Amino acid sequence: MNQLARRWKREWPLHFMVVPALIFLVLFSYIPMAGVLMAFQKYIPTKGLFGSPMVGLKHFKYLLDYPDIGRIVFNTLYIATMKIIAGLVVPITIAILLNELRQEWMKRTFQTMVYLPHFLSWVLLSGIIIDVLSPSTGIINQILGLFGAKPIFFLGDNKWFPYVMVITDVWKEFGFGTIIYLAALTNINPSLYEAAEIDGAGRWKQTINVTLPGMMPIIILMLTLNIGNVLNAGFDQIFNLYSPQVYESGDVIDTFVYRMGIEQAQYGFATAVGLLKSVVSFILISVSYVMAYRFANYRIF
Amino acid sequence: MKKSLGRRLFLGCNLVFLALLSLMCLMPILHILSISFSSGSAASAGKVLLWPVEFTPAAYQNVFGKPEYLRAFWVTIQRVVLGTAISMFLTILTAYPLSKETHQFGMRTFYAWIFVFTILFNGGLIPWYMTIKAVGLIDSIWALVLPGAVQVFNIILLLNFYRNLPKELEESSRIDGAGHFTTLWKIYAPLSLPALATTGLFTIVWHWNSWFDGMILMNHPDHYPLQTFLQSIIIKMDLRFLKSQDIELMQKLSDRTSKAAQIFVAAFPILVIYPVLQRFFIKGIVMGSVKE
Repeated sequence: MNQLARRWKREWPLHFMVVPALIFLVLFSYIPMAGVLMAFQKYIPTKGLFGSPMVGLKHFKYLLDYPDIGRIVFNTLYIATMKIIAGLVVPITIAILLNELRQEWMKRTFQTMVYLPHFLSWVLLSGIIIDVLSPSTGIINQILGLFGAKPIFFLGDNKWFPYVMVITDVWKEFGFGTIIYLAALTNINPSLYEAAEIDGAGRWKQTINVTLPGMMPIIILMLTLNIGNVLNAGFDQIFNLYSPQVYESGDVIDTFVYRMGIEQAQYGFATAVGLLKSVVSFILISVSYVMAYRFANYRIF
Repeated sequence: MKKSLGRRLFLGCNLVFLALLSLMCLMPILHILSISFSSGSAASAGKVLLWPVEFTPAAYQNVFGKPEYLRAFWVTIQRVVLGTAISMFLTILTAYPLSKETHQFGMRTFYAWIFVFTILFNGGLIPWYMTIKAVGLIDSIWALVLPGAVQVFNIILLLNFYRNLPKELEESSRIDGAGHFTTLWKIYAPLSLPALATTGLFTIVWHWNSWFDGMILMNHPDHYPLQTFLQSIIIKMDLRFLKSQDIELMQKLSDRTSKAAQIFVAAFPILVIYPVLQRFFIKGIVMGSVKE
């Protein structure tokens, strides 16, 4: 007891420092977690979480029978997976190419330019993308028109929509993605390159045999950490660019939850869908962190 | 050293490729800028490429003359200032105890997991919305500030920075009789300025760019922050903005040059500061991901 009291006397300021943030977390993260109870209720706002009647697994059964659910899950996985792969390949390639530039100022100038879209919100970028891709006045279709092509409604055509999402997402994020790979590149021991050169390896051979293996740990790490994102197709982007005519190829779990919950006020059902997503994501993220810890000795803190 | 022909060819192509790539990132923004300074007729006829046609600042006069736009701008400034101040205070304060070793602070690991768990799992959109509603924040500026006040990623970034500071500094300040609060305020905070700049800038940009919370937590368009306002005007063409006599205003706000001007004004502060921010961001990202 005496020991506990002494310990408290020594550590109380540290507890005291954690408490304010903890209150916020309880209020805005942990209470909503308890709110997933709504997924098993016929939630009535006036009666609240404790007064609404329980309905068991009704919402989950309804979800299984929901005609579009297969397509929505497929769209989510399809768009998210393509984004993960492209979001890995493009920044790595660009980082290697940037690293070939010998003049520091040039490297920095290019970097500064390609980061730009990352810092702008999807609202602004969507405004720009909608204008640029417009079938009537958009500059892309004007250019295509010079080659005699018919205007393409990129954002209203199910054939194009998922790919436009992937391309515009890569366009926004690849510059920022190169930061981490460039950092990894500069950490590769220069003597490895010198040794390869003495062995007669050209730049290409050096890239394959020195650069890529040197980047492997960080590549594997980023890939692993991205596994948790296969259910995140990018709400901000899709919500601002889609329309009912591309629901077939562009409606994803998050946009579906939004429409059901906020627009149609089916609170219980939307919570159930969101809960399923959260649980699966939680498992994936946990697995990926454990794997990152095992293989790359990655720790969060 | 003499370079081979193949090598020089590669370097040339590489340079051209990278130049095209960077132009690809800039051009859409330049295009929008040119449209915003062109006349309405030139813009709708699709004559504008990367330079204004029939130059006129009319779209900007139009935008800055709109009380709706200025009001939304003001809401955003409020959320950036309040949100960043509160978040930074919490980040500095929370990262300190969490950066301690277990023998210094017994519950450290327990607390850390409580924080990290919130990035691994969340209750989803609807319970989150219902909670904020129950707290009574709907339609208030605090709804844009308080729910996101604890930024776990920033706390982790800063606590990793604290951990890399020399242990002797803390020990000597403790020997001199300084308590934890004094140590944090007088030693840790001043020494972690680069990390504080990084997390602070992350927070500012995050607040500046947020739009979704404004859309669902604000019932009245007068309370929208700038990004939410733009979302409703430019992307959704929200009819709630229409008072019956305002058809003309709506047309003005939604025509191509005016949309372009509104986008550019909202992007401008970021365009100005991001080249300066970039070195902080790079430092921050590398710092947060590489640990001893």
